[in-house]
Amino acid sequence: MFKIVSKKELNPTVTFMSVEAPLVAKKAKAGQFIIFRAKEDSERIPLTIAGYDREKGTVDIIFQIVGAGTEVLNSLNEGENIQDFVGPLGNPTEIEGLKKVAVVGGGVGCAIAYPVAKALHEQGCEVTSIVGFRNKDLVILEDEFKAVSSDYILMSDDGSVGEKGVVTQPLDKLLADGTEFDEVIAIGPLIMMKFVVATTKKYNVKTVVSMNPIMVDGTGMCGGCRLTVGGKTKFACVDGPDFDGFEVDFDEAMARGSVYKPFETKAREETCNLLKKEVQ
Amino acid sequence: MPNMSMTKNPMPSQEPEVRNKNFKEVTLGYTKEMAIDEAGRCLNCKHKPCVTGCPVQIDIPAFIAKVAEGDFEAAYQVINKSSSLPAVCGRVCPQETQCESKCVRGIKGEPVAIGRLERFVADYHNANCTDKAVKPESNGHKVAVIGSGPSGLACASDLAKKGYEVTIFEALHLAGGVLAYGIPEFRLPKDIVQKEVDGLKDLGVKIETNVVIGKTISIDELMNEYGFESVFIGSGAGLPRFMRIPGENLNGVYSANEFLTRINLMKAYKEDSTTPIKHPEKTVVVGGGNVAMDAARCAKRLGSDVTIVYRRSMEELPARAEEVEHAIEEGIKFELLTNPLEVVGEDGWVTSVHCQKMELSEPDESGRRRPVAIEGAFTDIDCDCMIMSIGTSPNPLIKDTTEGLDTESFGGITADEFGATSKPGVYAGGDAVTGAATVILAMGAGKKAASAIDEYLNK
Repeated sequence: MFKIVSKKELNPTVTFMSVEAPLVAKKAKAGQFIIFRAKEDSERIPLTIAGYDREKGTVDIIFQIVGAGTEVLNSLNEGENIQDFVGPLGNPTEIEGLKKVAVVGGGVGCAIAYPVAKALHEQGCEVTSIVGFRNKDLVILEDEFKAVSSDYILMSDDGSVGEKGVVTQPLDKLLADGTEFDEVIAIGPLIMMKFVVATTKKYNVKTVVSMNPIMVDGTGMCGGCRLTVGGKTKFACVDGPDFDGFEVDFDEAMARGSVYKPFETKAREETCNLLKKEVQ
Repeated sequence: MPNMSMTKNPMPSQEPEVRNKNFKEVTLGYTKEMAIDEAGRCLNCKHKPCVTGCPVQIDIPAFIAKVAEGDFEAAYQVINKSSSLPAVCGRVCPQETQCESKCVRGIKGEPVAIGRLERFVADYHNANCTDKAVKPESNGHKVAVIGSGPSGLACASDLAKKGYEVTIFEALHLAGGVLAYGIPEFRLPKDIVQKEVDGLKDLGVKIETNVVIGKTISIDELMNEYGFESVFIGSGAGLPRFMRIPGENLNGVYSANEFLTRINLMKAYKEDSTTPIKHPEKTVVVGGGNVAMDAARCAKRLGSDVTIVYRRSMEELPARAEEVEHAIEEGIKFELLTNPLEVVGEDGWVTSVHCQKMELSEPDESGRRRPVAIEGAFTDIDCDCMIMSIGTSPNPLIKDTTEGLDTESFGGITADEFGATSKPGVYAGGDAVTGAATVILAMGAGKKAASAIDEYLNK
């Protein structure tokens, strides 16, 4: 059992939790993930680690309520326990030697982009953070990003906060103006990452994306998280979750991501029919 | 005077047309009378050929003699000396190629039903014995066991009985390994697995679930920081193989591991389960091993029409004869001498499998006749679900994070016949060493490693 040390609603559909998991905290690095099971009989769900405190032995997660599993997780309160919490799984984001990086985050993906930006900042890398949300109510981690970025660009679909538009617009502009990034790291919805890659490809800037496919065990046993990368089948849990964005077959990944959508919709409605909250 | 019947007492079973719609155990087990009658068929041979066929050398004639006397608990105690999981092995061992293949009664007629008797004895013990195993006095040595599948459980059990302080580390949330996530409820009820695991806890074995060795803790840390003097790696088979053919990442295409894990470990077959699984109408299972049979029979129970596609013929099917018979009885079709070339889909979902027809030519290095394509002969099989059951390749997590641990070219951990690896104090066994094999071979490897570890720590 893993105790929830603190819980915060970041916006109506996104929750922050700090969880007591000393073994995971001891090893965790930016880019890795955990798998949780909220209660006995809940689903196993992967979540990328949003932060950790090795001394306190806590691991932070930030999740969007999308299905039954995250709904049940969100029903747990400070002081209560999560049934299972295993990790850190997957490979950390490779940041060694990077001097100037654009970190692009979309929606709840910013929860994962932030620890990467922070780790880069801590090693003296110049970070440009470009983050996008649907509207001002959904913005998360603004102060945190600002603290680790030399440049922070906030975009919103409806213009209710920051600039109106999508993250690829400022990215394209920076690249067109001749800004030389060692690398672009994009974390967010598949469709966003696909378009980030389409943008950076024009300028041939190495782009790393963090994939978050459906998983069961997270240790290489089930193969449910497979993706096509460079024409080969890769398992996100042991080969990733970060991959070279130029090589990823995003269309296939999007199709695979929707495999249980009807089931999830139904399961979530059954789990909590009160909710008619907006989901990205 | 022995019972000279040429045939085994038949195993009472659920009717095929009933059982293929539920997940309850297919076989129901012998009654006391059947067990005593069957035990009477054993000739109690002095040279005990059956024992040579048992990977853990159970004294088979001795336990059968106790069954014939009606002293079932004494029979259990005989088995318990050699096997830590009799209720499991009585159900899933390939007895027909092991103990029963050596039985003298099998020369004319059927061998003694050793497996069914083993199961009867274990079930009798579980139902009637209330004595709990007692934790032996500690010898002060700490051993870590990685993985709670058959090899890990067997190794932990033997070490615990000798007084070692054993901790099992399990990556998943539930102990049992393949017994929990892989083998379906209808072949191995999960409460039986749980009983075996509970028995280990009574012996003082600690089980730490949710710990992935190689990620959460490394083997070097176990030995240098956590004070384990020896480590046994029983981490199992690993990554599922796919065919590397077009379309196999379409929705509706599963590895057998994923399909079975969703059903068994995550209980997706239950109506109220929160774990989603596709309830297919037409399923194609690729492969001919026990795992393929399990996947096919699970799909059938979810209400699907099921076809097993295998590139050789019935004779070369690697699955146990009993599993194949059960599958056929349950209405599973076999499309033999057929090899998938492409998975065809629409809107991201599988709709059919395009296959090459094959014929058999000369035997290959495995001794089985090699399947070769018949030019121009193809077949298309409609399906909305496809399950790949063509084996696994070893998991890299441990090898990549352990200094000085050698592996074979196929990725399995290098170990000698006693399980010793290239790293002092570290032993390995089961599928992590051999690649996918059977429960009993893994158990045998776990037991051998346990005695090697005992020897190593008493040097």
